[in-house]
Amino acid sequence: MLVAAKDLRIELRSRVLLWQVVPFGVMALMLTGLAMGPNSQNAANLAPGMFYLVLLFVVILTVSRAFAIESPVGTSQSTKMLGLDPAGVFLGKASAIFLQLLLVGSVLLLGAATLLHIAAGVVLHALPSVVLALGGLAITGTLYGALTSGISGTTTLLPVLALPAFAPLLIAGERAFTSVALHQSGLRWLLLLILVPVVYTAVGILLYGVVEE
Amino acid sequence: MNLAAELHDVIVAPSGFPVLSGLTLEVQVGECLLLEGANGAGKTSALRLLGGLSTVISGHGQILGVDIATGDRREIRRRVGWLGHEGSFYDELTVEENLTYACRLTQRPRASIADAIERVGLGDRRATRTGLLSAGQHRRVALAWLLILRPRLWLLDEPFAALDATARALLHEILRDATQAGASIVMSSHEKNLEFATAPRRVTLLGGRAAS
Repeated sequence: MLVAAKDLRIELRSRVLLWQVVPFGVMALMLTGLAMGPNSQNAANLAPGMFYLVLLFVVILTVSRAFAIESPVGTSQSTKMLGLDPAGVFLGKASAIFLQLLLVGSVLLLGAATLLHIAAGVVLHALPSVVLALGGLAITGTLYGALTSGISGTTTLLPVLALPAFAPLLIAGERAFTSVALHQSGLRWLLLLILVPVVYTAVGILLYGVVEE
Repeated sequence: MNLAAELHDVIVAPSGFPVLSGLTLEVQVGECLLLEGANGAGKTSALRLLGGLSTVISGHGQILGVDIATGDRREIRRRVGWLGHEGSFYDELTVEENLTYACRLTQRPRASIADAIERVGLGDRRATRTGLLSAGQHRRVALAWLLILRPRLWLLDEPFAALDATARALLHEILRDATQAGASIVMSSHEKNLEFATAPRRVTLLGGRAAS
């Protein structure tokens, strides 16, 4: 938890999340809302997908930022020299990213209700699936963030590598959201949203040290 | 013979390029060893190897009792202290927060933080964000961490770079105290006219191996 507390403290001081990531997400939602037009007829079908598309951009920005603070050569080297337990670092970084995504995700959900014509009740019912998806994206993003950290071309490499890993979570999240909007059962998608993070957590705990090296 | 570290015919080649090509080196307990050589001679690579930051392709040896080929490199890192070229701390955290974070992560008592900050002359900068410090002050923070850590093997990469006369004198004093306490020091430097408080043994590197 020390790693998570450190990351959150740095984020509070730098306010990159607040002044850059959140406004970006809201603007992307606004553009998406404009693209959908004022007609709310298709909102139930289209809005969840649009919401998760914006969320994907935000997740990539948040993960990039979380690893950018570790990327200066001196900082990454001195952190390595502490000889820390990699599993602890992985869980700490993932927790910090998850908490940041919860904040941005909450703002985006409110934005989605306003700009994408999603009913407040639907948003409320979709909340558990969104939280699960954010957890999964934080865990997966941490693993791929570490993998691409310190490599030249990190900014472009992270989305390319992480997108296939994010795909099951994005699809499951979108389907669960749509199921709520269409009053259908989204249980199997919720199960997928639980299963994928569990698998990636196990992989992270086992392999984060290798990935870091 | 009491050795803090020994390397025999060690080859290190990150990304296939040999930065150390058969390095043989011994570091006695309590000695100060100065690595000399031109740019690209392998000084920093040798220090990185001693710090457990490099993978060995061939050769054998040990660092503070940990085998360099088969041992856990994290264990080496826990036992040595490192002072690198670059700033080593988080810019958004203060001097005291950075040191407290490192202490808590490594489960070291925080009681010595204030003394270490005073010793390196940053008493009036303890609540200053590290990102606002000069390069020399960054070095002092890293020195404060070494004072807290009290490692058995100090690895210093160009430690006198960016230091003013006062800081150089302080560094000499700290290094002398460390060797007197039984720690070993390995440092690299380009500077020819260093007046050392502790007379170092000099080893010249050439093409990734010891030339003398």
